[in-house]
Amino acid sequence: MLGRPNLYTSYAGESRIFTTTTQKVVAAIVIVVLFLMPFELPVINQIPFIRFLGDNDYLRPVSTALVYIIAALGLNLLVGVAGQVSLGHAFFMGAGAYAGAFLGGQATSTVYGHGLPIWIWLPGAGVTAALIGILIAPVAVRLRGLYLAIVTLGLVFIGIHMGNMDWGRRFAGDPGLGRDFPPIEFALWKGQEPLVTAADDGRWLWFDVNQAEKTYLILLALTLVMVLVAKNLSRSRTGRALQAIRDRDVAAEVMGIPEFKYKLMAFAISSFFAGVGGALFASLVGKLPASQWNLFLSVEFVAILLIGGVGTVSGTILGTIFVVLGPRIIEEVTRWLDRQTEAEGPVATVAEGVLTEGPGDFGPVSVATQSPGWPLNVFDWNVVIYGLLIIVFLIFEPLGLYGIWLSIKSYFQRWPFSY
Amino acid sequence: MERLRSFKPLSSPSTTFITGALIAAVVFYVVRAIIEPEVMIQTLAKALGLGATYAIVALGFVLIFKGTQVVNFAQGALAMIGALFVSFLAVDEHIPLTTIKNPLIGIGPEWFGWGLSVVVALFFAGILGLVLERVVIRPMIGQPLFSVAVITLGLETMLRTMANDSVRIQLRPLGIPWGTGGFTVGGETNDAGITTGGAFIAWSYVAAVITAIVAFLAVFFFYRSRMGVAMRATAFDQEAAMAQGINVGRVFAIAWIAGTILAAIGGIFATQPPIAQTGAAQVETQFIAFRALPAVILGGLDSVQGALVGGMIIGLAEITAGQYLSQYAGTLGSGYPLIVPYLVMIVGLLVRPYGIFGTPEVRRV
Repeated sequence: MLGRPNLYTSYAGESRIFTTTTQKVVAAIVIVVLFLMPFELPVINQIPFIRFLGDNDYLRPVSTALVYIIAALGLNLLVGVAGQVSLGHAFFMGAGAYAGAFLGGQATSTVYGHGLPIWIWLPGAGVTAALIGILIAPVAVRLRGLYLAIVTLGLVFIGIHMGNMDWGRRFAGDPGLGRDFPPIEFALWKGQEPLVTAADDGRWLWFDVNQAEKTYLILLALTLVMVLVAKNLSRSRTGRALQAIRDRDVAAEVMGIPEFKYKLMAFAISSFFAGVGGALFASLVGKLPASQWNLFLSVEFVAILLIGGVGTVSGTILGTIFVVLGPRIIEEVTRWLDRQTEAEGPVATVAEGVLTEGPGDFGPVSVATQSPGWPLNVFDWNVVIYGLLIIVFLIFEPLGLYGIWLSIKSYFQRWPFSY
Repeated sequence: MERLRSFKPLSSPSTTFITGALIAAVVFYVVRAIIEPEVMIQTLAKALGLGATYAIVALGFVLIFKGTQVVNFAQGALAMIGALFVSFLAVDEHIPLTTIKNPLIGIGPEWFGWGLSVVVALFFAGILGLVLERVVIRPMIGQPLFSVAVITLGLETMLRTMANDSVRIQLRPLGIPWGTGGFTVGGETNDAGITTGGAFIAWSYVAAVITAIVAFLAVFFFYRSRMGVAMRATAFDQEAAMAQGINVGRVFAIAWIAGTILAAIGGIFATQPPIAQTGAAQVETQFIAFRALPAVILGGLDSVQGALVGGMIIGLAEITAGQYLSQYAGTLGSGYPLIVPYLVMIVGLLVRPYGIFGTPEVRRV
C-alpha cells in the first residue's frame, strides 16, 4: 500500500516488526552501522555521535548497555507485557551469573567451576534462572500488585544472604571480592583451544580488532538475537495472552486463557533473559561480589523500563541506552567543566559555580572522589539523577522516551497541521 | 479502588496451618521457658524492643497507605534522614536549647534538651514529608498504584544517596539519653554487688515499647476524631469522600506528615540496641524500613492493628532465630536473623495472600 502506511489489509500485516519499507531500510542501516561502529571507516566516522561511541573508551559502557538490554527485555516481558510487578530482577540475574560461573568458571580451592565452554554455560545460566523463576512462580501467582513487588524485593535480600552462607560462598566466592567469572570465548569443549576469543587482539575478515571491539561485536550479535526473540514473543499468541492478563486477569481467564500457566511462563522466560543478561554482565565485569546483585540493580532496571517506555521493545532499548550511557556522559561533562575552570570567560564562571574544588567553594558537585557531606561527587550525583529521572518521567511522560518519540513522529507526519 | 470487608470465613487449609504453627510456637516457647527461664526473658525483652521498633515503622507505612494508597518505599531513607536531623540538632548544634550566642545548654537534665531537639527534628521531618507529598505525590493522584510506588522508589534512590554520603566515612552519633544501661532480671548477686547471669533489659527496649504504645494509642484516638473519620473515608473511596466535602488534599498531607514522623522515630530507635549497638546513624540504619515491610505485609497493608501484630511477630521471629539457632550460624551464614523477616513474610503470604488483617481486593471483570 504505497503512500498509505496506516492501512492494513490483514492481521499479519499489522503485526509485522517493520510495517513499511522505510522502516526496514532504516533498521538495516542502523544494524550495519552498529556492526561497523568500532572501525575507522570513511563514511560512518562522519556521523557525529558514532565516532564518539565507537572509541575504545566508550565501547565498554556500550557493551554494558548491550548486556543490560538483554536483562531489561526480560523485565519488560514480566512487568510491561504481563503486568507482574517485580523488584527481584537482580536476584534472577545473580542466579544466572552464578549458574554460569558454576558451569563455565575455573575451579579454585574455594569456589566451584567446571570450565565448560560458552555454548553450555550461557544457556545453562538462563535455564537455571528460569527454573528458579518457575519455583518462585506458584508463590507469585497467588499475589498481585504491590504484594508481589514487596515479596520479590524480599528475594533480593535473601539472594544476597545466600551468597554469604558457607555453601553460597562455594558459588559466589569471597563476600568482599567475589569470584572470577568465565570469559567470553567460544571453544568446542573444556580445555580446548578457543575458536573465537575476546581475550586478545586479532584479525576478523578485513578488520583488525582488539579485545574491546571483539567483546562488543559478539555481544551485539547476541543482543540482536535476543531482541528478535523478545519482539517475536510479544507479538505471538503467548504475548497476546500475557497482555490480556495484564489488562484484566479475570477477563482473560473468562476468555479461556489459563492464567496460572501463562504467568508461570512469563516468570520463566523473564528469568531466562535475566539469567543470560546476568551471566554476560558478570563475565563482562570479570569479578563481582554477591552484594552487587542488590535492590539498586533492580531499581535500575525498573528505571530503564519507565524511562524507555513500559511494554515496548524499542522503548526498553532506548531506556537502556539512556540509563547506561547517561552517567558516563555526565562524568565527561564534569571532567570537561573541571578543565574549563582554569580558563577565563562565561563558561569558566559557570564551571566555578557548579564545581567544588576545595574548601570555600559552594558548588553542588565535588570533584574529589571522597567527599563526605554536602557537595556530592559525580557518582553520587548520577544516582540522584536516576531517582530524579524516574520521578520526572512518571509525572510528565508516563510513556517514557518511546512516548516522546511517538509525539515527535506524529508531529512531522501531520505537518503542517497540528492534528 | 473497590475494596470491601470480607466476611468469608478462613479457608480450611490456612486455618489448619495457622493453628498448627501457633501450637508449635507456644509449645516451643513454653518448653524453652521451663528449661532456661532467664534466656527466655532476655529473648522476649529483645523481641519486644525490636518488634516495637518494627511496629512504629510499619505504622508509618500503613498510615500513608490508608491515607493515600501509596506504598512508600522511601520510608527507609526518611528514617535515615530523621536520624540525621536528630544527630545534627541534638549532638552537633544543641538546638533549641542553645542559640549561637546564648548558651543555655545547662538548663534541665540531659534528656530534656535531647527531647526538645528530637521534637524539633520531628517537626522538620514532618515538613519534609509535607513537601514530598506536595511536589511528588500530589501530581500522581489517579495514576496506577504501581506508578506511584515506583515514584517513591525514585525518591528513595535520591534521598538515600544524599543521606548515605554523610555517614559513609564517619558514623553520626545521636546521643543516648537513656544511656546504654538497663536492669537485670534474675541472676545471682555476689558479695561485691556484681550480678552475673540473668536477663539484661536495656532502657532502649523500654523506651521503644513505650513509644510504640503512645504512637498506637495516638493513632487509635486520631481515627476516632473528625479528621480521622475523614481519613478512613478517603481510604475507602477517594472520589466518594471528596463528594461528601472532605478535603482529600489535607488528608493526604496529614498522612504523609504522620508517616514521615513515624519513620523518623523508627530511625532513632534503629540506631539503638537491639538493632544497632553504636547509637549512631550508619548506612545500615535505613534497612529498618525494608525489614519492617514484611511486618506491614504480614499484618495487612491497610490495617493499623496489623502493623502492631506484624511488627511483633517479625521481631519475635528474628530475635528467636538469632537466639536459638546461633549454633548453626556457620551453616546459616553470619547475619542470618536479618533475612528471617522475609522468610516469615513469604510463608505468611502463602497462607494468607492479603496478610492477617488486610482486606482482600475485590476483582471484577
